[in-house]
Parts: sequence; C-alpha cells; structure tokens
Amino acid sequence: MNAEPLLEVRGLVTRFDRGGGLLGRRRAEPVRAVDDVDLSLAPGETLGLVGESGSGKSTLCRAILQLERPDAGSVRFEGRELVGLRQRQLRPLRRQMQMVFQDPDASLNPRKRIGEIVGAPLKVHGLASGAELRREVEELLDRVGLAPEHRDRYPHEFSGGQRQRIGIARALATRPRLILADEPVSKLDVSIRAQIVNLLQDLQREMGLTYLFVAHDIGIVRHVSDRIAVMRRGTIVEQGPADRVCEQPREAYTRELLAAVPVPDPREARARRARLSA
Amino acid sequence: MSERPLLEVRDLAVSFATEEGVVHAVDDVDLDVGPGEVLALVGESGSGKSVTALTLMGLTRQPNARISGTARFEGADLLAAGERELRGIRGDRIAMVFQDPMGALDPVHRIGDQIVEQIRAHREVSREEARRRAIELLSAVGIDDAANRVDAYPHQFSGGMRQRATIAMALSLEPSLLIADEPTTALDVTVQAQIVALLRELNRERRLAMLLITHDIGLVAEVADRVAVMYAGRVVEQGTLEEVFYDPQHPYTWGLLGSLTRIDRPRPERLAQIPGAPPSLISPPQGCHFRPRCRHEFERCPQVPGLEARLSDSPGHLDRCWLEPAEKRERRQVGEAPS
Repeated sequence: MNAEPLLEVRGLVTRFDRGGGLLGRRRAEPVRAVDDVDLSLAPGETLGLVGESGSGKSTLCRAILQLERPDAGSVRFEGRELVGLRQRQLRPLRRQMQMVFQDPDASLNPRKRIGEIVGAPLKVHGLASGAELRREVEELLDRVGLAPEHRDRYPHEFSGGQRQRIGIARALATRPRLILADEPVSKLDVSIRAQIVNLLQDLQREMGLTYLFVAHDIGIVRHVSDRIAVMRRGTIVEQGPADRVCEQPREAYTRELLAAVPVPDPREARARRARLSA
Repeated sequence: MSERPLLEVRDLAVSFATEEGVVHAVDDVDLDVGPGEVLALVGESGSGKSVTALTLMGLTRQPNARISGTARFEGADLLAAGERELRGIRGDRIAMVFQDPMGALDPVHRIGDQIVEQIRAHREVSREEARRRAIELLSAVGIDDAANRVDAYPHQFSGGMRQRATIAMALSLEPSLLIADEPTTALDVTVQAQIVALLRELNRERRLAMLLITHDIGLVAEVADRVAVMYAGRVVEQGTLEEVFYDPQHPYTWGLLGSLTRIDRPRPERLAQIPGAPPSLISPPQGCHFRPRCRHEFERCPQVPGLEARLSDSPGHLDRCWLEPAEKRERRQVGEAPS
C-alpha cells in the first residue's frame, strides 16, 4: 500500500471503570477495553476485525468514531487527528464515517417511515431537502436493492435482510468514505447473509468505499477482507493479509479460533477430527 | 434404520390464529429419529423447526394453536397425550436444551440443588444420592472440580459452563431423547466447539438420541447422522449427511450449501446467493413454497410435491422437488459433480 492511509489508529487506549465502590469495596483497576491498538486502512480496502464477545471490537469502533473518548493514542482520518476535537469540529468529519449495525431492528426507529430514516442524515447535515431529498432517497433505496415506493412504509413491514438494506442505505446517505460495519450479517439467516455480503462488496466497488468489517465469524471476515486483524482482550494479537492469517496463522489464539470454526462438510469434518485426535 | 424409530412424527401440522390471519407454521412434517441417532432439523428463522420441537414437547398447546398429526415416542403419542402424561415424559424420557442456558437455570438456586430437585421430582432417591449423581453429571459434561462447583450459582458460571450445566440437568434422568434447540448459537466460537464435542461424546458414549434444531450447517456436519432441511413450514429434503451434502436434491438445499463460507478452501469471488426472502406463512405460495425464489421453476411447481424417495438407489433420501434427478445433478452447482 503506497496510498496515504484513510484511517490510521496508533496506540489507542480506552479504559472502563469497573465501578466497584458499591458497598464500600475498594475501587477496582479500570479495564483496558481497548489496549494499545494500531490499525491502518488504505482507501478502498477492507480490514476485517475478528474476535469473540468482550474482545473490545465494538468499543474500538466507538473509539474510532469518538463516540467513546479514548484515554490515549491517536486516530487520524484523512490525515486529520480526531482525538481531542470538539463535537462541532467532529460533525463534518462524521459525515465521512458511517456505521452499519448488527441489529437493524434496534437501530431503525419503528415509528418512522423508511424515507425519513434514510433521508435523516441528509437533513441533519444539511445536504438535501425537498424534491432533491426525495430523489436522493429513492436513489439510495435503489442502490441497496429496494424499490422507491418502499419510502412510505415502516420498518416492521420488511424482512430482516431488507431492514439491513435500509440500515446500509442510511449509512450511505452522506456519501461517506469509510464504513464501520459492526457484525452486519451475524443476525441474518444464511440465505440472506450472502445477499448482504454481496451487496456490501458491490457498493464498495461502485463507490470506492473503505470498510472496517467487524465480526466474530472468521469465515465471513476472510471472505470480505483484504487484511485481517485478530482481537483478543483489547489488543490486536495478529494482523496480516486475509489468506495468510487464515492459512498460516502465527499466533496460538488465531489457530484456536480457526480450529473452532465448524466445517460444513461431513467428510472434511470427520478427517479433521481424526487429525486432531491423532 | 433397521430398528423401529424412537420418535416417529407423521403429518404434523401446526397453525396459529393471529390478528393478521392464520400462520401455517408447520405443514405436513414427517420425521424419524432412530435409537441413538442424531437427526438435525435445519432451517432458517420462520422455517418451522423450533415450532416442530416445541410442539413435540407440548409447549405450543395454546388456545390459538391448531395441532394435528401423530408423534409416536416409546409407546405414547406426544400430540394426543394429556398434560399429566406429558409432564411425566418431558424432562424424564425426553429432555430439552435451549439456546439460552440462563432461561433453563434458576438464578437464585445453586446449580447442584436444581439438578437434585429435578432428580427427586421424578425418582425416589435420597438427597445424598441425588447430590452424588449431580456431581457425577457435572463432571461428565466437563465441569472441572464438580464436587465444589456443584454449590455454585448460575451467575458464577461462564456462558459455556452454564450450557454444560443445563446439559447435565437434561441428562439427570437418563432420557432416551434429547431435543437441543440451537444449543450453541449464543456461545462464542471457541466455546461452541467445546459444546459440539460434548454433544458428540454424549451421543456416542451414552447412545443418546438427539433431535438437533439448528440453522448452523457446520454444526450439522459435525454432529448429525441424518438431516432434515426445513423451508417455510415443510421438510423439503431429508437423508443421511452423505446424501444431503454430496447429492443434494432440492434447490433450496443447493442455495444453503452454496452460500456458505469455507475457511478450508480458497475463497470464491462472490458468494452464491438465494434471491428474495422466505414467503409469508399467512399466505404461502400455492404448491412448492420455494417456487418464488427458485431459478428452476416449471409448470409442475404449483402442485405441492410430496416428500418422497425419488432416487432408486437411496430409498431413505427424500425430497420435495419435481425436477428429474438427472436434471438436478446437471443444474446444481454444489455437491459432487455427476459421474
């Protein structure tokens, strides 16, 4: 990668107070949810971030977006330092960095029509209004494989996969350069999962998007990623080209993760069990 | 299966009256689980797999539910049995393990006490004997230092240990059938693998038969002997693992197998995808339920294909698709190439 990184994270630390204190107990040492993390994303690249629950993946996303104020370290977006910026200064930059969430149900307001949900970021950032807003929304819906007339419907009228498409359309509204996708397909059924993964890849090609793709499923992560970072207990234990990390893992934990992935092929599963017990 | 099946489900149909209309959740389902056999019932959300399992346990008997069919198990018909008879079977001859172990454990009681209560509610044994048995069970499901951990509360266990504890509780009365509904879904990958290994071991060493309800094809490949694929309320294909994975007959099965990621293979440019979404079960399509999403639809598809053996050399391999077997082998992109 010769290009200037789009996002560069250096020595990022986020601590959580463990509270304690209750009933007069001594306060516990704060937990380092994100502990000295370095990451770099080139424009148009997908970096997969894989780890189990509690590894700090989601906190890291929030710290990158400055939704969680880091305790130390640096986050540079297009060369500009985000750590320490005020809300007002962050706002125009946030337009460039959007999130897609795991649970479209929890992130879509059930009382709002799809048109309002997808158009909201355009309104908030003052990017479009009136007829133009309407046209933009229709274009976004079309881009994610929905129909313009879906504009007037409510979230509950859609299937899980369609709701995730709505979440993606909303994330794309401000024409961001970077998408942080936090477990975007883990709640979806297998037959729908492939549709959404393919959609995300098509959008990346068409719009030159850069993805931080966060998931616990190393199979999906490897499929979409150029590079993979493996996270455990707040730190990145291994980082490298996707195929290299999966085919020649260097860290014991990466090997453990890979060995735990069930192989959807009975003969291969049997052979693997025989190898492991030998 | 040469032996008589342990569980024999025929013509099972379950529908629920709702404000929006009648939901046909399960339609004409036939299943057999042989003694000591693991049958995986695989499908997506809304396929009817969980409703099938819950109905077998008598847990869908609600005023708005209509249930028909038969489910023979050790001389009883689970669907016709009265509440009292069913209570005697449930937890005793048939045990159940769910996705969320916290739902099965009482947070205010010690794990061991819960197992002891369960045993003493069904068997005449002393408290000491039941406690000894609880420790044995916890140890058998892989909980270290069971003699001390038996007195722990559920919150003192990790998610994986809690699932082990619910499995221990399920085994406490030595059931002949375990119904496991997404037993690994809520767990982390590395813990999932441990529970999978435990389920395999219980099946092999205790000859415990299982009806494994899951959406996870990987879990099916690791644990099951046979598999029934459900789609929109119906079983669309059923057979041994070899038959269904390497000679799949139904286009929905092709789609499922084709859309998986394989960590042990070079990655494809693009994942195969099934277009569209499952149908509404209030007004499902006429005929084959997969028809609106199927690339191979033709004029016979508006009639419901029966779940039948369509291959002369594999009488146990059943499917609901009108296409000729030779044509299926031509058209599908998964399984093994036609020889």
